[in-house]
Amino acid sequence: MPAQPLELILARQFGDSLSMPFFLVDPDGNLLFYNEAAEDIFGLRFTDTGGMREEEWATMFKPTDADGIPIPPSDLPLVRTLTDRRPAHGSFYIDNLSGDRIRITVTSFPVEGRPDRYLGAIAMFWKSES
Amino acid sequence: MKVKVWGCRGSLPSPGPENYTYGGNTSCIQVTHGETCIILDSGSGIQRLGKFITPAVREMHILLTHLHIDHTMGLGFFAPLYNPDIEIHIWGPATAGHPLIDRLRRYFSPPLFPIRLTELPNHPIIHELSNEFFSIGDIRIHCEYLCHPGPTLGYRLSDGKATIAYIPDHELRLASNDFPNDPEWTSGYEIAKSADLLFHDGSYTAREYSRKVGWGHSSIDDAIAFAKMCKVKKLAIFHHEPSRSDLEIEQMLQDSLGNEELDFEVQMCAEGNEYNLEDEVENSPER
Repeated sequence: MPAQPLELILARQFGDSLSMPFFLVDPDGNLLFYNEAAEDIFGLRFTDTGGMREEEWATMFKPTDADGIPIPPSDLPLVRTLTDRRPAHGSFYIDNLSGDRIRITVTSFPVEGRPDRYLGAIAMFWKSES
Repeated sequence: MKVKVWGCRGSLPSPGPENYTYGGNTSCIQVTHGETCIILDSGSGIQRLGKFITPAVREMHILLTHLHIDHTMGLGFFAPLYNPDIEIHIWGPATAGHPLIDRLRRYFSPPLFPIRLTELPNHPIIHELSNEFFSIGDIRIHCEYLCHPGPTLGYRLSDGKATIAYIPDHELRLASNDFPNDPEWTSGYEIAKSADLLFHDGSYTAREYSRKVGWGHSSIDDAIAFAKMCKVKKLAIFHHEPSRSDLEIEQMLQDSLGNEELDFEVQMCAEGNEYNLEDEVENSPER
């Protein structure tokens, strides 16, 4: 496995040190890392999942709107960021692997390194009131 | 490839009798292969290098890891810059906003220096680099950004037979997840892996590092652990602290190695060291 670019290594270190949920993907949407605070929301440890492809993480938590209607992956903030390389924001519900339905609010943004290398994206999210 | 160390001190030139063995000049290494002449960094060591360039050389390439003063301070005193028969190429890290030539002009301008780049007989040819592969002559080069304050590159040079890695300023522990157990998440791994010769920052003792986290440098213990992870054949510890005497540098290595048995050689880099990677012969310093 080739080593990751410095920017992603530092991003992972940064995310690992936060108490806010943090989710890091590469330019193809492959999951690289999520932190302990995200583990608490997902009900799943990163060491148990390892890397996942976009189609896996975008569906495994069954994102829905307030009426329980499934949200297509393309409408999720992080997938929108991966698609158009712009920040995105939104709130929706997920079913975590502990069996709880949780409303989360997600802000995602692209990771761009010097001088203009597109390296992936970060999503930071919060458990929000229903 | 033939490699000669013209300076391996960090931060500040440190002349003096107590520093005779390891030298006082700052970062500068010369790599030659056939007609190709590559210089890694232009610290104060490049001034002396300039006096020993063979008359036949018509083209030289200076690869800057970054623009901190100890890696650039010798540039204006490099005699070939003033020789109209020699073409100089300067390669260095790109930033998001400021062109490399503008950053070099800050050095080549008053009050730091009296001569401007435009006043040189041949304006150096400037090349900006990020994470990429390129060739100079028969040498294949790979560079990548590393963990050090400001845009900083590491260089990996290969002639097809041997590989050297040059990482003079690097804070390993700040940019590694689960160091030293996870190469995929360790800054500099792609530059150093399986190198025949690795020059790596080992500025501090482990105790000193604990008080200097974030300053951009590594402990000697971390440098050795990194070399072990990268499975290099030889490690030359680089960027000696300016206040560190020869005796202290030697003691530092002894303390770090202890009774540990390694399957590669570790040495404290010394100014004047020469490495002939064609026949793996190392010559002791004759500065």
